[in-house]
Amino acid sequence: MKAARKSLPVQPIVAVTVAVLLLGVPFWLVLSTAGKNQAEALNPNLTPPSQWQLLENFGQVFSEGRMLTGFFGSLLVMVPAVFGVLILGSMAAWVLGRRGGKGMAIVYAVAISGIVLPPAVVTIVLLLRQMGLAGTAVGMIGVYMGMYLSTVIFFVTGFVRTIPPELEEAARVDGASPVKVFVRIILPLLVPVLATATILICLYIWNDVFYALFVVGGRLDTLPLNLYQVASAGLYLQNWHLIFAYITLMSLPLLITFVIAQRKIISGITSGAVK
Amino acid sequence: MTAVMSRQDVVRVEDIRKAKRRGGKNDHPLWFLIPALAVLVVFFFIPTLFNFIYAFTNWSSFKSSIGFVGVDNFVTLFNSGTLLNALRVTLIYAVLVAVFQNLFGLILALLLERDTRVNRAVRVAFFIPVIMSALAVGYIFQALLKPEGALNGILGFITGTDVTIPWLGDTTWTIVVVALVHSWKWMGLSMLIYLAGLKTINDDVLEAARLDGASWWTTLREIRFPLLAPAVTFNVATALLGSMNGFDVVQATTEGGPGGSTELLNIFIFRTFGQGLFAQATTMSLVLFLAVAVLAFPLIKMLRKREDVL
Repeated sequence: MKAARKSLPVQPIVAVTVAVLLLGVPFWLVLSTAGKNQAEALNPNLTPPSQWQLLENFGQVFSEGRMLTGFFGSLLVMVPAVFGVLILGSMAAWVLGRRGGKGMAIVYAVAISGIVLPPAVVTIVLLLRQMGLAGTAVGMIGVYMGMYLSTVIFFVTGFVRTIPPELEEAARVDGASPVKVFVRIILPLLVPVLATATILICLYIWNDVFYALFVVGGRLDTLPLNLYQVASAGLYLQNWHLIFAYITLMSLPLLITFVIAQRKIISGITSGAVK
Repeated sequence: MTAVMSRQDVVRVEDIRKAKRRGGKNDHPLWFLIPALAVLVVFFFIPTLFNFIYAFTNWSSFKSSIGFVGVDNFVTLFNSGTLLNALRVTLIYAVLVAVFQNLFGLILALLLERDTRVNRAVRVAFFIPVIMSALAVGYIFQALLKPEGALNGILGFITGTDVTIPWLGDTTWTIVVVALVHSWKWMGLSMLIYLAGLKTINDDVLEAARLDGASWWTTLREIRFPLLAPAVTFNVATALLGSMNGFDVVQATTEGGPGGSTELLNIFIFRTFGQGLFAQATTMSLVLFLAVAVLAFPLIKMLRKREDVL
């Protein structure tokens, strides 16, 4: 038994079989269907297309599915929202992590409550209308920031407490202002935890469709919103080759990022979760 | 202690203490909190507060004015059965997802535990669904699970008969199927967290157990699983609360059907919002908020405890 566990020869076979069954089948379905013509794709199955027309389908969804505007729309809301939560979140987390007392504990509890509490998705639309931000990128950025600030504050506050205060003291003795201490000393030290937060929040925002449907649905293109339109529009309902071509193209940016930086991403996510 | 010190020393120590206390406040100025709190208040807390107000109004796209109607929305939703149904479906879905996602995640972690080249590659592959859009995952499985779809095709090939199981058309079992799809998307994340948890277990402990003649199963049950407790609580809590807030997978596979048997709160909210019944959507949003809050408060406590350990 002991020896068997150490050098189980069947383990790699089992691992690969499980991966092929659980991942290979769905992914092959996507790829093969994305390469079919409309008639063959009518009922998606695992048979390979009689003639691959992957690029033609890509071309069609690229123009008809407004992929480019969707891509830039997604970037337009994701980049400022992520930068915003990282900066505002770190600033707050630094003070929350360094100051003690009951008041701070309450502020901290309130600030991280958004990790678990669901956003009020209906009334946020009302509020945005009242502020004149309904359907705008700014409104969407604000909503995402409100949703994910808690996550950043939670991660960063925990991390700040592990940074020795002496590092700040040294700079302070030299007469550095709090802003200087924060920017010069604290922010660079926060890079690992901010990287983890960036990965998680990019993942959420890039793939979000629920909140986008409420806030900017029909007014601003993002990749998941356009996928939703492509897939639920009557015109496309049975056009699985186009839906799957869209899914393939839409998944590529994150997939490529992941493949390039997989080791960092994986270690970043797990180090944030189990500590 | 002061007895040993000279008077001068005492004065000096007190000076330093005072300076530290005074400095401590200015060193971490409160205004650093203001931008974050402002964003949280405007985009998170005010809408949440509005939930508690507009759930008691007749706000809709059919009227230009908004008036208070008391608990009418709750009564209507309760009497029509939609409130309890959506709440029940959401809770069942969340529990099923928490169970499946953790079971699959743990099995995968144990299967891929050793650091071999094959295992590393398979781990990366299982993380791909995590980075995909949940909506896309839903569409993939909608195609896969159609009565004439690929899964039935495979089953038919194995059994040699024509299989046409309507995986997404059963009022009893479809919720289990969509929960499985949701778990499929996220099991790679649970796996990673379990793998990280397994790595933290001291090798000496396992070596001692092995020398005592404990089998692989006994070691897992008696030693490794209890030591995985932090990973389990984290995974269960995130899966539970994440799926309470679920939408994408269900919208893409069943849109709440058949017969409302997979209608999560968020699906209901989206549908009624689309119909212009804003007050009813708000009421359900409030129900979701309260349901999660009831489940979440023990969780926040747990997270804070975990954070204190850190």
